[in-house]
Amino acid sequence: MFGWFVKGATSRVKTTRYPARDETALGVTPGRPVETTCDNELLAVDLAATCPTDAIKPASFKTTVDISRCVHCMACTRGENTMRWQMDYRWARWVGNDAGRAARHRPFQKSLHIRVVDTGSCDAVISEIKQLAKPYYNMHRLGFFITPTPRHADVLMVTGPVTSPMRLALLKTYAAMPEPKWVIAVGNCAISGCVFAPSFIANGSVADVIPVDVHVPGCPPPPLAILHGLLLLTGRETEMQPIDQPLGGPP
Amino acid sequence: MTELSPTALRGFAEQCRHFGPVELLPQSDSLMAVVNCPAAVLKPLAEFLVHSLHYRFGSLVVEEHPTQWKLIYLFYRHEGPSLVQLCIYLKADHPQVDSISIKIHAADWHERQAEDLFGLVFTGHPRLGDFVLHEEWPEGVNPMRTGFSATRPMQEKVVDPAWRPARILETPGAFLMPIGPVYADYYESAQFFLETVGEDVLRLIPRFFFKYRGVEKLAQGRPWQRVLLMAERFSGTSAIAHATALCGSLEHIYQVQPPPRALSLRLILAEMERMRHHFAVLSDICHASGMSVPSAQMDILEEQALRLSGQCAGHRYLYGWVTPGGLNRDMSATTLDTIARETRRMAEASASIHRSLQFTSSFLDRFEGVGAISMAVARELALVGPIARASGVSTDLRIMLPYGGYAQNGGPPAMVEPLEREGDGYARIRVLFAEIQQSAKLIDAAVAALPTGPVRVETAGVLRQGAFGWAEAPNGAAFHYLRLDAQGCVQRYQIATPSFANWHGFHIAAENFAFQDFPIMMASFGLSIAESDR
Repeated sequence: MFGWFVKGATSRVKTTRYPARDETALGVTPGRPVETTCDNELLAVDLAATCPTDAIKPASFKTTVDISRCVHCMACTRGENTMRWQMDYRWARWVGNDAGRAARHRPFQKSLHIRVVDTGSCDAVISEIKQLAKPYYNMHRLGFFITPTPRHADVLMVTGPVTSPMRLALLKTYAAMPEPKWVIAVGNCAISGCVFAPSFIANGSVADVIPVDVHVPGCPPPPLAILHGLLLLTGRETEMQPIDQPLGGPP
Repeated sequence: MTELSPTALRGFAEQCRHFGPVELLPQSDSLMAVVNCPAAVLKPLAEFLVHSLHYRFGSLVVEEHPTQWKLIYLFYRHEGPSLVQLCIYLKADHPQVDSISIKIHAADWHERQAEDLFGLVFTGHPRLGDFVLHEEWPEGVNPMRTGFSATRPMQEKVVDPAWRPARILETPGAFLMPIGPVYADYYESAQFFLETVGEDVLRLIPRFFFKYRGVEKLAQGRPWQRVLLMAERFSGTSAIAHATALCGSLEHIYQVQPPPRALSLRLILAEMERMRHHFAVLSDICHASGMSVPSAQMDILEEQALRLSGQCAGHRYLYGWVTPGGLNRDMSATTLDTIARETRRMAEASASIHRSLQFTSSFLDRFEGVGAISMAVARELALVGPIARASGVSTDLRIMLPYGGYAQNGGPPAMVEPLEREGDGYARIRVLFAEIQQSAKLIDAAVAALPTGPVRVETAGVLRQGAFGWAEAPNGAAFHYLRLDAQGCVQRYQIATPSFANWHGFHIAAENFAFQDFPIMMASFGLSIAESDR
C-alpha cells in the first residue's frame, strides 16, 4: 500500500490550468473548420461540396461553417483547396431562454451537480465526459460533480440523438429534477442527430424533447469543450471562441 | 491460418454432402468456402461444423430480395477453410426456417434479432419476441424490411400498463431488482433485471437496444462514404477497427489491395486504439474495486494515449483515417517516432502498475475467482476477444484470419496470443495487461519496418456484390457484411460486433454472486453498449 502512496505522490499534478489559463498541450482538441475566403464563387461551392454532412455552406466568396454538423472527418482539409482549421475548444453556446440565464444564482456557480443521460450516443462521448472527473481535467476543483440521482441534480447532461426507448427515460429523469434546472446537449448527435438523423428510431435532437440551455458541439466534443459548456452555464466563461483567436495566448 | 489446396476444399465439400444436396460455389477460395444448402440441411450441417469441425458461429446475415430471402450463416476457425458461409434461400411468402440455436447457443441472439427486425420465423427457438424493439414498438412492424421507411419517424404504441418483464425465478420471496436504463454515474444506457431472494443474484436478464440507432437500416440506399462515417461513429472507441472491417468488405467488393505502407499504418492506428481502450477498461476495473490511486494512474495513461492520438493523428479517437484502398493521409517519420516512443513509455508505465497490483491483496480479493466463465461455456457461446482469451479460448482474428498489416510477411513476429485458463476477473485483467505490452511491441515492429510508397489505391467498378470484412476490435472479433448495387450504393449492411457476442455471456459471469460484485463484473467485462446496440 505504501508503494501506491509513493506512486501517487510522485506522479506530480497533471491537471490543466484551464479556465485560469488556456490549455496549450497538443492533442487536447481535434480543432474545427472555420469560415474561409475563396478566390471565386465556384471554389467556394466546390469546397462546400467536400463536406459529407453539409456543415459547410457556400456564401459568395467564402464558406461558412455550422460546427454542430461537423463530424471532424477532415475531408475539407484534403485536396488543393482547403478549409482553414482552428485549434480551439471553447465551442459551447448558450441557446436557452432568459429565464434560465436569470436563474443562475451565485450558489450554483461553484457547486453544480450533474446527471448524465445517454440517449444513444457512441461510447466516445461518454469516455470524454468521464475524462472530466479524471486527473487531467478534474472538474471537482471547479465545483462540478457527477451525481447518480436526478433528485440531486442541477444540470442534465444529455448525449445521443434520443432513441425512442430512451425518450420516456429522458422525460422521467428531467421531471425528477428539482427547479431550477438546466440541460446541456453534449455532442453533435444530441444537437442535430448528425449522421444518425433523420431516422425512424431517433428524434435527432434533445431540444425536441426537453428544453436545452447549452449546446456543446463536437464529434465527440473534447473534455475542455464540455468544461467550457459547464463554465458557460454557470456564467464563468463567455460564449464560443471567436474565429482567429486560436489556442495559445500569453504563456 | 493454413493455405488450403483445392483438393482439401473439395474434401470439405464432400464432407458437407453427407448431409444432403450441398453445392460449393465457385467463388470459394483457400480462405473461404461458400456453400449453398437446402433449408432442411441447415440444422444438421451447422451442428456438424460447430461440434465436429470446431467452427465458431460468427454472424447471421439476412438479405431480402424481391422473390426470396437469402440467409448467410458465417462460421470461422483456425484451420482452412477458415471461413464458411452457409447460404440458404427461403420463399418470399414463407419466411420460416429451423432454429439452430438449440444446438448452437451462440446463434441465439442473432436469431432473435433477425426475428425482430425482419419478421423471420425460427421454428423451435425457445424465446422469440421483444429483443431489439421493446414493448412500445408495435408488433408485426419490422423495420429492416424493404418497404419500411428509414427516415420517417415511427408512431409508437402506448404500452399496456399491465406489461411486466419476463421472470424466471419462482421461489417464494423472490423479487426482481431492476437496474437502468438510467443508473450509476455515467454508464451507457441498458437495463439489467437482477432476480434474487436476498443477497445473491440468482438470475440476470439483460435488456439492451435502448440505444438502437438503426445503423444498418440507415445505411440502406446511401453511398458507402456516408456509411463509413456511421461505421466510425456508432462505437467511437473502436472507430479504426470498425472502419477497417467495413473497408475490408469494400476492398473485397472492389477487388483492390491497399499498398503495404497503408496496411502497416492501419496496424499502428489499430494498436493505438487497443491500448487506449485497455487503459480505460483497466481504469474502470480499479475504480470499481475502490482502488483510487491505480485508477488515477491508468486514467493518466488513458488521457496521454488520447492526446497522443490527437497530436499525431489529428483526432483523439482516430476518426477520418481509414478509407477503402488504404488511408486518407500519410504520417511523417517524426510523427511515427513519437508514436513508437510514447507507446513504449506507456506500456512500461502500465507494466509497473500491473506489478504493483499483483501485490495488492485488497484488489486481488475482489477479482480472483469472481465472475468465472469456463472454457466450455466460452466456446459454446462463441465469446470473443480478451474475455474468451481469459477462458483459454483462442479467437484472435489477427491470427485466425490475418488481414491487412497482420498478414504481411507471414505475420508480425510479436503476435503471441495471451491465453489464460481461469476465466475469472483476474484472468481478464492479466489478458488486458498482456495485450497492452503486445500492442506496444507491434507498433514498435511496424514503425521499424515501415514500407515506403503511396498510402492509397483508387477503387474502380463494383466487381462483387456482397462480401465480408473483419477486424479484431479492442473487444474482439467484428464481422461486417456489405452488399453494394451497381451504382455503389449500399443495399445491405450488417455488423456483428464483439460486444454483442460477449454480452450474451455476461449473465453467466454475474449469476450466483452478491449484488456488490455486479459493478465489478460490469467493469471486468469492459464492454461497450453502443457497440452492441448499433
